Amino acid sequence: MRRRNVLPGLPLSLGVTLFYVGLIVVLPLAALVIKAASLGPADYWQIVSSPRAVASYRVTVLSALGATLFNLLFGLALAWVITRYRFPGRRIVDAMVDLPFALPTAVAGIALTALFANNGWFGSVLEGFGMKVAYTPLGIMVAMCFTSIPFVVRTVQPVLEDLDPALEEAAQSLGGSDWEIFRKVILPLLTPALLAGVSLSFARSLGEFGAIIFIAGNQPMSTEITSLLIFIRLEEYDYQAAAAIASVLLLTAFFMLGVTNWLQARALRYTVKG
Amino acid sequence: MSTLATRKKPPRVGDNPIFRRSLIGIVLVLVAFVIVAPLIIIGVEAFSKGWATYRDTIIHPDTLHAIMLTVLAALIAVPVNTAFGIAAAWAITKFDFWGKRFLLVLIEIPFSVSPIVAGVAYLFVYGLQGLFGPLLDAWDIKILFAIPGIVIASMFVTAPFVARELIPLMQAQGRDLEEAATSLGASGFRTFLSVTLPNVKWALLYGVILCNARVMGEFGAVSVVSGNIRGQTNTLPLHIELLYHDYQAAGAFASASILALLAVFTIIAKVLLERQGAGRVRKTANPAEKTS
Amino acid sequence: MKIRLENVVKTFETFRAVKDVSLDIDSGELVALLGPSGSGKTTILRMVAGLEYSDGGTIHFGDQDATDIPVRDRGVGFVFQHYALFPHMTVADNIAFGMKVSKVKRDKAAIDARVTDLLRLVRLEGLGDRFPAQISGGQRQRVALARALAVDPKVLLLDEPFGALDANVRRDLRRWLREIHSELGITTLFVTHDQEEALDLADRVVILKDGQIVQQGTPEEVCRDPQSAFVMKFLGDANVIAAEVRDGRAYAGDVSVEAQGVADGRAELYARPSDLDWSHAGPGIAATISRVLDRADGRRVLATTVASETLEFDVEPERIVKAGEAGFVTLRRAKVFPV
Repeated sequence: MRRRNVLPGLPLSLGVTLFYVGLIVVLPLAALVIKAASLGPADYWQIVSSPRAVASYRVTVLSALGATLFNLLFGLALAWVITRYRFPGRRIVDAMVDLPFALPTAVAGIALTALFANNGWFGSVLEGFGMKVAYTPLGIMVAMCFTSIPFVVRTVQPVLEDLDPALEEAAQSLGGSDWEIFRKVILPLLTPALLAGVSLSFARSLGEFGAIIFIAGNQPMSTEITSLLIFIRLEEYDYQAAAAIASVLLLTAFFMLGVTNWLQARALRYTVKG
Repeated sequence: MSTLATRKKPPRVGDNPIFRRSLIGIVLVLVAFVIVAPLIIIGVEAFSKGWATYRDTIIHPDTLHAIMLTVLAALIAVPVNTAFGIAAAWAITKFDFWGKRFLLVLIEIPFSVSPIVAGVAYLFVYGLQGLFGPLLDAWDIKILFAIPGIVIASMFVTAPFVARELIPLMQAQGRDLEEAATSLGASGFRTFLSVTLPNVKWALLYGVILCNARVMGEFGAVSVVSGNIRGQTNTLPLHIELLYHDYQAAGAFASASILALLAVFTIIAKVLLERQGAGRVRKTANPAEKTS
Repeated sequence: MKIRLENVVKTFETFRAVKDVSLDIDSGELVALLGPSGSGKTTILRMVAGLEYSDGGTIHFGDQDATDIPVRDRGVGFVFQHYALFPHMTVADNIAFGMKVSKVKRDKAAIDARVTDLLRLVRLEGLGDRFPAQISGGQRQRVALARALAVDPKVLLLDEPFGALDANVRRDLRRWLREIHSELGITTLFVTHDQEEALDLADRVVILKDGQIVQQGTPEEVCRDPQSAFVMKFLGDANVIAAEVRDGRAYAGDVSVEAQGVADGRAELYARPSDLDWSHAGPGIAATISRVLDRADGRRVLATTVASETLEFDVEPERIVKAGEAGFVTLRRAKVFPV
């Protein structure tokens, strides 16, 4: 059977792609897995289940959950306001949504710290209410919120834009109130996109490093995120521990990648026509 | 009154004026607090000790070196990733082969992996304890804690940027134009340059700009592999951290202001490119032809 | 240029798109590949172009085996279904593209002159500076044709050339393509699912079904002598009447028609609406008129037979027929195919 391609360039382009992906992506991740696997099950388990590691998972996951919940509500409201309403400055708001992606994380980190420190603009006000943000788990949450806001907005926005007005008109003609129509017609249509955005936002929060370490305080057992613990193990030249804990983050990332891909495929199911 | 006078269409869901105004109000306040305030405080803090301090920080040799190193990393990583992105998009959208979906997932991996994990992973390839460590050491080649390490780590983190912009667009455009050019006798290179490229140029530029912003701002992966040697392996984000932890806040913010400016330029470029249609295909992937 | 396909096979994944097709096209002939969607007609066209490689069989251009020649070097002009005009180039640049990338170097003046000639040929003088998005669908179609002709192709291939156009534009372009073909005499193969288009335009019609040729011939041959129920139905409206074949004749009600070569037993009569008529007296198939549809060029009558078959036929506009009227459907001619 002859199997050839009509357009030229497959060997070159695919060759370059496979070589690059192999060298830049697969090789290092494989090296990390090999290093972690060289530990043996007992040692591996001891490292990844040490109290300090578990505490770091806890603060990372809980902060990410909190940040994601906030982004779910804020992101939905933001996407709604940008697509459904016309008001002066709408385009600027739309553009500003991308700032957290464009602003380097270290820059975001020191900026948020300056804002939320005791003597900062927000920190000093919040202190009056007895709230401390910087150097507490709340600070971690704030940093995670900032860096992952665009995910929910940018996945929900196109679906909201493409929403057929006739659906709402139909619901209105059937006598639905605004709230009922939102809950029973619009929200179900947005749900797949919302879930996809939420999972992207959560995954990003789990892996975030730069923005957090400035504001977190980095106290072991309370405000030390997993990424930082890896970094500390490296600085102690405990490469095995770093590899083991990094492998936990890597597995989580693969899991979230699977979840996100699945959710994103679903996110399009109401919008793709034909 | 005015809303009644200008209203021509019946209200849609959520058009109740009170609801509408309160929601816009809440969102604008939150955007100001959460997104805009961090940008403003960078400027405020950068100049908190006056213009002279700002200028001194910027023209300090360590800062200049960090800027140079950041630009150098971008000058290498961005073109390499652009070439990769074009190759990957061409292979994936113009041909059918076994394992294509898996390759797509592989390309996207750097987006989901924490930069710290990426940095650690590179340690185990090129570090002394890594796969090639002893070999590199024997030949006296330094990759980690040196410029090559910084460049390679940046390449990992930004590998998917260009490919991700090109693939959905080229997928949507189909193969007709390339087939037409080929049937008229054009070579593969010629077909790409005069038929494919002009139709994806804005998306390509869009990907390049996002890739560049990320390379210049990368912190986590680079901080693992750079070794943080002042005046030698510090990129701008690492330089900011160093100054910050040295209690030179104004200096840190002054350096940060350069990157913040880059972010603002990136966003402006993004908006302009989106007006040209870039970045939108992914969202409305509709293979129906746009021009014919 | 003569084209010869021998035992060509093409399989996609597990789906056999083209099964063992052999076809000869004479130099200067205008041939239509006609079939429903999924019949493999476009795949055949793309294999002739070199845009698809066959899994088996050979394709000859003249005496040359073209099976493995890549599309770039095959010297065909291909007009794509949606034209595939380069959206970022003007009409003139689109037409000039093939000459500019050619291995035969031409100077700019020669290319410009040729573009002007081609624009005149496709009647688009003065539109050379427009972009594809700024012209109508019919004009784009003609640009696509001019672009394909610019490289002096040995063979012209068109994939559903008029598929995306309005009915009026299609009819005009059809006549015009026929004129261009007579003028240039270039071997032309085109794909369509529209039987009227194929019959109007082609010297020879090749009818495909499920990746195989079911019949080929001049429009007259395929229309007057369809060899199967599929061809009969595909070429136009057909009434189907259950019949019984005995000794070379098919009987339905008290009418019978010649059925040489059809085995005894159950069969079906196929008759065009114009092959039937209405009469108040027999012999014929007893029926009752259920509806009369008035049209610009006559009256179409729908009648239900005693066997509950619905028959359609046309009568002259002056004829007075009414729903509910009982009478007989008479048969001028019919084809008999076994069930």
